Amino acid sequence: MKKKKILVKEEYCIGCRLCEIYCVTAHSESKNLIKVFRYELGEVAPTVIVEEKEYTTFAVQCRHCEKASCVQACITGAMHRDNGTGAIYVDQEKCVGCWMCIMVCPYGVIKRGVNKKKVASKCDLCVDREMPACVENCPNEALVLTEVGES
Amino acid sequence: MAKRRPPADFVVERDDYKCIRCLACVRTCSYGANFYDERANRVFTENLKCVGCHFCEAICPTEAILVRHNPLATRENAHWTSEAVTDIMKQAETGGVLLTSMGNDKPHFTYFDRMVLNASQVTNPSIDPLREPMEIRTYLGRKPLALELENIEGGIALKTRIAPQLKLEVPIMFSAMSYGSISLNASKSLARGAQMMGTYFNTGEGGLHKDLKEFGENMIVQCASGRFGVNVDYLNAGAAVEIKIGQGAKPGIGGHLPGEKVTEPISETRMIPVGTDAISPAPHHDIYSIEDLRQLIYAIKEATRYEKPVGVKIAAVHNVAPIASGIVRAGADFVVIDGIRGGTGATPKVTRDNVGIPIELAVAVVDQRLRDEGIRHLASIVVAGGIKRSSDVVKAIALGADAVYIGTAALVALGCHLCQKCYMGKCNWGIATQDPKLVRRLNPEIGARRVANLLRAWALEIKEILGGMGINAIESLRGNRDVLRGVGLHEHELELLGIKPAGEAW
Amino acid sequence: MRYVIIGIGPAGMAAADAIREIDEKSELVMITSEEVAGYSKPLITYFLGGKVDEKRMFYRFPWCFEEKNISVMTGTEIVQVDPNEKRVISKRGEEIPYDKLLIATGGSPFVPKIEGVEKEGVFTFTQWKDSKMVASYIVENNVAKAVVLGGGLIGLKTTEALLELGLKVSVVELADRILATTFDKKASQIMTRALQSRGCEVYTDDTVVQVKGKRKVSKVLLKSGREIKTKLLIIAVGVRPNVGFLEGSGIEVNRGVIVNERMETNVENVFAAGDCAEFRDPSTGESTNIAIWPVAFAEGEVAGYNMAGRPVKYQGGVPMNSVELAGLATISVGFTNVEDNGVEILKYFKEEENVYRKLVLKDGRLIGAVFVGDIDRAGIYTGLILQKVDVSSFKNDLLREDFGLVYLPKEYRKKLMEGELKVWLE
Ligand SMILES: Cc1cc2nc3c(=O)[nH]c(=O)nc-3n(C[C@H](O)[C@H](O)[C@H](O)COP(=O)(O)OP(=O)(O)OC[C@H]3O[C@@H](n4cnc5c(N)ncnc54)[C@H](O)[C@@H]3O)c2cc1C
Ligand code: SF4
Ligand code: SF4
Repeated sequence: MKKKKILVKEEYCIGCRLCEIYCVTAHSESKNLIKVFRYELGEVAPTVIVEEKEYTTFAVQCRHCEKASCVQACITGAMHRDNGTGAIYVDQEKCVGCWMCIMVCPYGVIKRGVNKKKVASKCDLCVDREMPACVENCPNEALVLTEVGES
Repeated sequence: MAKRRPPADFVVERDDYKCIRCLACVRTCSYGANFYDERANRVFTENLKCVGCHFCEAICPTEAILVRHNPLATRENAHWTSEAVTDIMKQAETGGVLLTSMGNDKPHFTYFDRMVLNASQVTNPSIDPLREPMEIRTYLGRKPLALELENIEGGIALKTRIAPQLKLEVPIMFSAMSYGSISLNASKSLARGAQMMGTYFNTGEGGLHKDLKEFGENMIVQCASGRFGVNVDYLNAGAAVEIKIGQGAKPGIGGHLPGEKVTEPISETRMIPVGTDAISPAPHHDIYSIEDLRQLIYAIKEATRYEKPVGVKIAAVHNVAPIASGIVRAGADFVVIDGIRGGTGATPKVTRDNVGIPIELAVAVVDQRLRDEGIRHLASIVVAGGIKRSSDVVKAIALGADAVYIGTAALVALGCHLCQKCYMGKCNWGIATQDPKLVRRLNPEIGARRVANLLRAWALEIKEILGGMGINAIESLRGNRDVLRGVGLHEHELELLGIKPAGEAW
Repeated sequence: MRYVIIGIGPAGMAAADAIREIDEKSELVMITSEEVAGYSKPLITYFLGGKVDEKRMFYRFPWCFEEKNISVMTGTEIVQVDPNEKRVISKRGEEIPYDKLLIATGGSPFVPKIEGVEKEGVFTFTQWKDSKMVASYIVENNVAKAVVLGGGLIGLKTTEALLELGLKVSVVELADRILATTFDKKASQIMTRALQSRGCEVYTDDTVVQVKGKRKVSKVLLKSGREIKTKLLIIAVGVRPNVGFLEGSGIEVNRGVIVNERMETNVENVFAAGDCAEFRDPSTGESTNIAIWPVAFAEGEVAGYNMAGRPVKYQGGVPMNSVELAGLATISVGFTNVEDNGVEILKYFKEEENVYRKLVLKDGRLIGAVFVGDIDRAGIYTGLILQKVDVSSFKNDLLREDFGLVYLPKEYRKKLMEGELKVWLE
């Protein structure tokens, strides 16, 4: 199975945080940067996190681990691996917001959803797009999409 | 109140409807021009700090930003231009030399734009480069006048020993820009780009960073008056050595990298202590004559076992032709001539804008002189200084060059917006800076791809033009001034360029 | 090859998946004493509270077992394991042969000796059927007030569900505070206040000594002498490994079934995992019985792989849990209550926001963490605890508000980002 994976190139991240902005927009109702800012903030939150300390900045989103702690820990089965894409998704219908996944994710990239639904929210590799929004819009190719595993 | 504040060169206009307060512009401006007012929840710009690098405009995801020119809104005056008046204001304030960067920005030195090329019609067929072979590979170095062959068992072999050559798949190289004046990522971009395209980049006078060693086969190492980082390993690290006497942006002037910029890695490559000023004297203190230069050329040839071409770079000045002749006679395998529009990381504005001669005239007279003296084959001619498009390359070669160097054009491909503030070391595009936070903005993978693309595009255009003229090898273009015609040039200028005015047939 | 798994909890299900990953064909039988298979036990409190419907209770739908060619025996309690004959025997007398056996029977609730505890209206709360029974008991008897004995996680989650249903609840806890085994004093205090602010009464240092009423509960009497009128008493004072049926089988049992890092018991071809297992760490010789879902899952997976012939080793785990009570999210990981000399405590408390974070360090390593109110990125700390990372060089950054991967040592971060950290060893 070929699996998509986002590589994080720490040495080229410029800390602009555009990835966060495009992530929010890709998962918004309107899919429009300006409208999201004006009308939809508070309903969506980015699932890519940009970290910064002195000279180091980088973006991190779900790594879609080989052995995913969040899938192990999830008590509902909401957190699961899709056999088609190999990526890890959260089924927001199933999720009860127990935050077991937040407790175990060593990257700290699962968030409590910001909208009314109190469910876990995480990177879905932009399932319905060719290229994840963060990767596509990173101005310095600090995020790169690769495919691993054999087809 | 005579005291006046020079006006902001640029104003940054921000469409508040489109601004989504993502603060990317605030976070990334290295000049600290953009700021966010939490209480007003709005983003503003201090225009006086803006240098016009357009980084914020490029990073803004909603195109809310427009960086505009802000010329002095005094009464229009063709003589007392906005630039002249602003410069006076600045000097009245500081009492110092005005510093600037990049090349001469004045309009009256561009002869390339006043020359036009020929094409085949009826009497000689043009060639379609997509269907027929087109040779633009170029060799730089000393050529024999004639080839001697000898019979060997089973055939014939070349008897003449050919001097070392540089093999260029495109007749365009990246000119000397030292690590120090540009960032390591910029150097890496050029190095990798040169490697991808089968041409060369030049280390400049700053020594060799260890990360660039692997690009040795595509590298020319420079030996300048400061002799930074020069030792036998350095001389042998590249494919050729270039002795730098002068530079078009600042003929007759040395260089000065202030101590605070001599950081750990810079000190390592320059081989000087951290924090000491790196001074390149105006002249080489061991070169006061052509004979002295010959000594250095041969010292380097000895050190490199005569395996590498050794070149000499000079600024194009009034006496360029006899000087070039002397250089060739001193043993140089190639001569680099840098015209008045040549770029730099830092130079006094007065020098940049007034000293030297245009490269078009320089290459024409040097080529002619060497031909007249029968020594043209002894060295290749490389021209530099403001080459900005493929047609300039074609015209330069037609005027007598073997190949060209590009500097500014490559930097523009890397993101440079010609803000002319390289000397401040805060380049937002990660090119002319050593600030790690800014350097990382230039991803060398992207950089290499872009400079390689530029060469690829120019190479295609060059072939297109050659084909149109019915020429299928760049060899046949070199010094072929018949393909050029001048427009609006004086008779004597035409004479120096060795071309006819437009309208005149063969 | 014929695999038999007793118990269809996370341990059993993870083992089955692991076996099927390697061996798609061999016979695989899963047995449970319960009437339904594949539901998620921790959801029973959500079910009671009405947050989860029947359909969402299923971690695995029945057809998922079919799809994977697994035969499921529900309502089948195993009463004996016979390693000599390689078979297990059910209460109904069925004999089920095995080549490899996994014991994943979880735990059952402990019921202390209390006078009148057999009365109607007294429930334990560990199975879906308990949840269903309590739900209908509440409706049928118009219950408006309940007493929960036990202020541990299950007790409080049940409390939360009862509060959701609009009941008044009193929690009675024997220790001096609720959540005494998993959280520290401060966290307990914050949680107590949060519960109280929702109208819940909390009695500590106390227990139920007598259940009063005729056939059904009407009152409970506490040790302190206090009497509480209630029609419902939930007993949630702890769970014991389900290992009684192993007596005489020769399988070594302490508190739980003793297993090594491959989840093997002392008896060949018999494995154990989950709440019923006690992992003996070969490097320390210490054994632990951590009754939580993620550990059950991980152990089950390791057992499954080993049963199917892929030798992987379990790396050990630490106790941890995450609950949201009275609107406050909380997480506790590792050892949060130690207060001996060699231990260093870092903490902060923001009273207005009810945000509390505490970290426990020993010998330069993080061994425990408590988060109340703000649980964002808690997993990073869990990672540091599990990977035993030396945190001394960035100790002072640990409690920063923007703490994240960027503060971690470069090598650890690199390994993390490249996905090189192993959850178990091969
Ligand atoms: C109300 C509640 C809430 C919980 N919340 C959390 C939580 O939020 N987070 C967390 O980490 N953990 C939680 N837990 C604990 C978690 O459910 C257990 O750690 C986990 O279920 C253990 O998994 P297991 O596979 O070892 O056993 P179990 O899930 O207990 O499964 C054991 C299975 O074996 C069957 N069985 C037992 N004996 C026999 C026998 N003799 N014959 C046949 N079948 C038998 C049982 O019927 C059952 O199906 C909670 C538990 C409860 C009860
Ligand atoms: S968009 Fe790219 S460069 Fe900008 S913060 Fe994200 S990863 Fe870094
Ligand atoms: S919060 Fe949702 S996805 Fe995360 S463990 Fe709980 S149920 Fe699963």
